[in-house]
Amino acid sequence: MIAAYIVFCVFYHTCYNAFVLVGSSFLRRSSFLMKSFTKERGARVNYVEKLKKDWLGNVRGDVLAGIVVALALIPEAIAFSIIAGVDPMVGLYAAFCIAVVIAFIGGRPGMISGATGAMALLMITLVAEHGLEYLLAATILTGIIQLLFGIFKLSSFMKFVPRSVMIGFVNALAILIFTSQLQHFVGETWLMYSLVALTLAIIYILPRFTKAVPSTLVAIIVVTAMAIFMNLGVRTVGDMGALTQALPIFALPNIPVSFETLMIILPYSITLAIVGLLESLLTASIVDDMTDTESDKNKESRGQGIANMITGCFGGMAGCAMIGQSVINVKSGGNGRLSSLVAGVFLMFLIIVLGGVVVQIPMAALAGVMIMVSIGTFDWSSLRNIHKLPRTDAIVMVVTVGTVVYTHDLAIGVLTGVVLSAIFFAWKVSKVRVEKSLNAKGDIRTYEIHGQLFFASVTDFLDQINYDEDIHKVILDISDAHLWDDSAIGAIDKMEHKFEQRNIKMELKGMNKESTDLMDKIGGLSKASGH
Amino acid sequence: MFKNLLLAIDGSDHSQRAGQKAIELAILEGKGKVEILYVVDGSKSKSDVLQYGDSDSASRKRKKMIAPYEDMMTKASVDFTTTILHGSNGAAESIIDHANNGNYDALVIGSRGLSGVQTMVLGSVSHKVMKHVKAPVLMVK
Repeated sequence: MIAAYIVFCVFYHTCYNAFVLVGSSFLRRSSFLMKSFTKERGARVNYVEKLKKDWLGNVRGDVLAGIVVALALIPEAIAFSIIAGVDPMVGLYAAFCIAVVIAFIGGRPGMISGATGAMALLMITLVAEHGLEYLLAATILTGIIQLLFGIFKLSSFMKFVPRSVMIGFVNALAILIFTSQLQHFVGETWLMYSLVALTLAIIYILPRFTKAVPSTLVAIIVVTAMAIFMNLGVRTVGDMGALTQALPIFALPNIPVSFETLMIILPYSITLAIVGLLESLLTASIVDDMTDTESDKNKESRGQGIANMITGCFGGMAGCAMIGQSVINVKSGGNGRLSSLVAGVFLMFLIIVLGGVVVQIPMAALAGVMIMVSIGTFDWSSLRNIHKLPRTDAIVMVVTVGTVVYTHDLAIGVLTGVVLSAIFFAWKVSKVRVEKSLNAKGDIRTYEIHGQLFFASVTDFLDQINYDEDIHKVILDISDAHLWDDSAIGAIDKMEHKFEQRNIKMELKGMNKESTDLMDKIGGLSKASGH
Repeated sequence: MFKNLLLAIDGSDHSQRAGQKAIELAILEGKGKVEILYVVDGSKSKSDVLQYGDSDSASRKRKKMIAPYEDMMTKASVDFTTTILHGSNGAAESIIDHANNGNYDALVIGSRGLSGVQTMVLGSVSHKVMKHVKAPVLMVK
């Protein structure tokens, strides 16, 4: 099966590359120049070299880092499945499929993708109300949306998500991951609490002595061994759902193909697609920074889309890039495509070999790991810097977090944050300064406008104009202003009209080119329509 | 004696003073060279990208942060180079590796960095550096 996957992925990759190569050589050949032939060959050689570097540039580092990541991925994939309310296998299959597919077609070598908390948190209601099959269908649809997003190169739209909203997103995610663990503590004994404490103690104290083995893994092994040999009788992963020791198989979701089905899954798919891309592109930027290299964000969007489509077909839940795992990967020396492939394949291998042991991991150990994940996800520096931020940015951040914690929906939180930032922005730029001056004779009034004239600022601006002065001419100097929309032109029309009624001539001065164009386009219309 | 100096910085007041001491040390013998080292570890990458939007803006901010140190060197006409290390497993480990792999006569470092909380949880960078760097270390208070 693994071989089949790899064959498929290689096939896709080759087709894609061949397509690009054929496309580019076709274009070049049409120029009929010998020079272009050499260029083309150069491009192909460069491409092959780049492919070689992406895959084989760092074999030792990638393989070691991949193994470390696989070990760290297992508890997370299981815990995220439990958050979403599905069997642990759903998250493990997702982690396997996504990691393997992204290794081939992702845009950011060195980045690790899989089942994530952000996505799991969005699925809870869908799973609870409609079940796993609908989740798989939603996963495929999420992939399609993300693929379209990448094809139409919409990653630049991410610039509309302000930084304060992204910080709010990350912090809210951390809080939700933490609160999602609280249910495991309800009605538990001191034994469970002390196991969680032990897990956390090992996770945080072990790295002081050695960084050779991942401390989360040691914590899980120690706590699981204690639970098994001391026969503690605490709740385990096995109590939360079944774990089949088999490779995922291809099967389309078993759902009625109808409009109603689409209407059920579409809202979930849209939010999953947005949140997935948001976290993936953020992670890509972080890996860019860690490796001091650049990456293709649109290719990454396409890759995430295809990965989710394939995952949905193989019984895995929707996922995206993982900040924590990607940081672990790069820190452990991984920076090529190979590390993601090794992580995915080794994870599946471990589950098949050690599935029987995995089900005996106490929930306490997983809860401890999740608490560590939430502490690691939270952007603590944002708390330190919050007093340095502009007041409005801080408010946007806090409101984003508040909305997510209240609604349990990251997408709504992001949307609220974006809208609030837009309102703050409009409010800030809508402050128009008007300077008034009279000429020596006292019959010509000049208004100098400084700022942006648009729907939100015109009222403010018109309030400062006095129509009842005893003058015969008004000069409106807008050389330091910009007219943005119909409302701005309308306001100037209105002024002219009012002054006309009082037999005062109005003169416009210092229009920039854009404003003149806008005036010609809209101003002419509004006059012709007789307003 | 102290011709080839490594100066590890993090933008704090302590490392500002460390910069001055590195210059004094370089001038003491005449013609000493200083390498300014700044380490961007994994968690730093994450918080910087979140704070500044993307990797490019983060790099710009870091260059701005390093500029005063470079000015200091230029003013004192001390030869210097700048190295920024990315993606490492902890700032201390990177400084130690870099210092032990290069041929430095001394490492100059501030006694305390920016991250107070981290110091409590993970142990301080300066402390680890003191322990593991083979060259003499000048820790500036």
